[in-house]
Amino acid sequence: MAHFTKATSVKDWLNQRLAIEKVEKVLASEYWIPKNINFLWAMGMVLMITFMLLIVSGIFLLMYYQPNVDTAFYSVNYTIMREVDFGWLWRHVHGVAASVVFLIIYIHMFTGIYYGSYKKGREMIWISGMLLFVAFSAEAFSGYMLPWGQMSYWAGMVITNLFAGGSLHADGLVEWIRGDYVPAQAFLSRFFMLHVLLIPLAILGLIGLHFGALRIPHVNNQDGEEIDFDVEAKKYLDGDKAGSKVIRFANDFMAKDMLVVAVYLVFFFYLVFYHYGFAMDPVNFDPADGLKTPAHIYPEWYFLWSYEILRPFSTDIGLMAFAFAQVIFVALPFLDRSPNTVPASRRGLFRFWFWAMLIDMIVLTSMGKLPPEGAFSTIGFVAALTFIGLWILLPIITTFEKKA
Amino acid sequence: MKELLILAVVTVFTLVTYYLVEPFAHHAMHKHVESEGFAYADLPEITKTGDVARGQELVMGAGACIGCHSIEVAGMPAGMSPTDAAAAYGVNPPDLSNMGAVLEPKFLAALIKNPAHALDVTHKFDEAKGQMHPMVPFYGAGGDMDQEVADMVAYLQSIAVKAEDLTPAIAFENACGRCHAVSYEKWTQIGETPTFKYKKDALAQEIKLLEYQDSLVAYMGKLPPDLSMYIRSRGEHYISTFIENPQAYLAGTAMPRVGVSKHAAEQVIEYLEDAGDTKRHEREEIGQNVMIYMIFFVLFAFLWKKQVWRDLH
Repeated sequence: MAHFTKATSVKDWLNQRLAIEKVEKVLASEYWIPKNINFLWAMGMVLMITFMLLIVSGIFLLMYYQPNVDTAFYSVNYTIMREVDFGWLWRHVHGVAASVVFLIIYIHMFTGIYYGSYKKGREMIWISGMLLFVAFSAEAFSGYMLPWGQMSYWAGMVITNLFAGGSLHADGLVEWIRGDYVPAQAFLSRFFMLHVLLIPLAILGLIGLHFGALRIPHVNNQDGEEIDFDVEAKKYLDGDKAGSKVIRFANDFMAKDMLVVAVYLVFFFYLVFYHYGFAMDPVNFDPADGLKTPAHIYPEWYFLWSYEILRPFSTDIGLMAFAFAQVIFVALPFLDRSPNTVPASRRGLFRFWFWAMLIDMIVLTSMGKLPPEGAFSTIGFVAALTFIGLWILLPIITTFEKKA
Repeated sequence: MKELLILAVVTVFTLVTYYLVEPFAHHAMHKHVESEGFAYADLPEITKTGDVARGQELVMGAGACIGCHSIEVAGMPAGMSPTDAAAAYGVNPPDLSNMGAVLEPKFLAALIKNPAHALDVTHKFDEAKGQMHPMVPFYGAGGDMDQEVADMVAYLQSIAVKAEDLTPAIAFENACGRCHAVSYEKWTQIGETPTFKYKKDALAQEIKLLEYQDSLVAYMGKLPPDLSMYIRSRGEHYISTFIENPQAYLAGTAMPRVGVSKHAAEQVIEYLEDAGDTKRHEREEIGQNVMIYMIFFVLFAFLWKKQVWRDLH
């Protein structure tokens, strides 16, 4: 057992038992971040803040929400929106944050792709990040079921149907997932459990992994430069702050993060109070009705690109393309064969690949919502083929990439 | 500065995506109907000046309006309960006390002369096929029919509440409330449900409502939807233009053109906003305060960053 002395202060008392000074150094004041970064490096903090907003608003909503097919819609739209003080505010914060979090995730992802932040030891950062993306997707989908509106019900129907696997006709699997032949009470109860317990736990664990994965390879920088963190940290601690290539996580990096967060929150709360329609689909303000299919069924905007990869093909091929789209991003560190860790702008053909992928996904996203008719259908089909083609091209073009 | 360029790129891609997914997609998916300002251009104008006293005689006359309609303000209560009236006519004929304030005058005149035509339900009630609208047209009292109708309209306007006293509830109950429930406002097709001391009385009330709804289903083809959340599920523009002309959106629908005036339509919308977007005023007020707070937050965050980074450059 360690030797304890009479504490001289509360801090000393805690220090003897929890080593708080050491913890503070490891996590904040001597956690070194490169100085050569731009505001896109603050997206992690923006995501963290958005996630906290989701948890806090979710806790308040949880106090009044009733996971019952007869009362769920009423508890959300009457009790929370009308009766509970500021219930409407928590719901709007929760709904808007659930949508905006994906915008930030996509910005965060494409930042990583652009600067090559998934290479040379940073593979696990990328992989844990993509697992977080999957977990957030499941969280968003399960949460979307809870108000038990028309879109909840029919999206639940359509998405769980995918597990039948087309010609495999795995209807038993679909029934097992639903706990019934159609989405009903068992379905709502289990998605409620997933949304408020199991998936949030998984997300918290994955966030831990994601942060842990950063420690050894360190954060990337705008030029993909390999920095000797020990040497630069010493320079900083010796007083040459301006000459050092690194900064403290707190308060140096944090101060910049908080500025970005502040600007982001202006945008966020503008959406919450004045422009929330995009995050709260009108169709879902009609109560679920199993006998009335909505004229248009579409997922929330952040799933549209993968939905559009499913749609233009025949059932079986569509499902395969969809499955491909779901997993292929995870493999990015291994499909990119070039050793260059520099921004896409200095990487030959990859530079075009990056912008082509970004634009293709935006095209897929917009076509995914439009009715699959005429020109929209054709554009969607071409964009889906382009998506698959780009991934096939990636190992080829990166193999022949010149060393930067 | 490079960061601003990056911000511009991120913003442009975000806005393009937003535009395609929201305004553009909704434009492509949903039919857009422009309002005609509740002008009912297909109906003739009232050309005669109405005489209130003469109108009263006509409305109250034997075999005229009060054969089926109550006029509470004129001391003519309903002869039948809403449930019995619905069983007889399909839907409870409205009390006429405030119809002069809710309906556009020219619509009211056209309605008295030819209900199926004014209500735009001739696809459902075709006289030639023997499908009579439950409201019997006014065939005239022997004089100039246009004058008589103008007199009746003048009388109904004279007994109705003044435009400034037309509350959202009066407008809604008269225009929509006999077919549509708004459960979040405690409104049913037979009125607000009272609080009962004994359960058997509450059940008896519920039975009356169910019987009323059965008649309504037989008359309309299905139970007209509860409108509690319609302001969020359909939006103001859709509801307003739908009320003005249901056939423009849903050709063949059993819902009649109600014929409300522009002012009454606005009151109906406000009623639905109270039901489904109750906290809109609070939202605007708090929104303003939060935005002011956030702008100060940005200022302080900016000053903090400046201070911390002074030695780092």
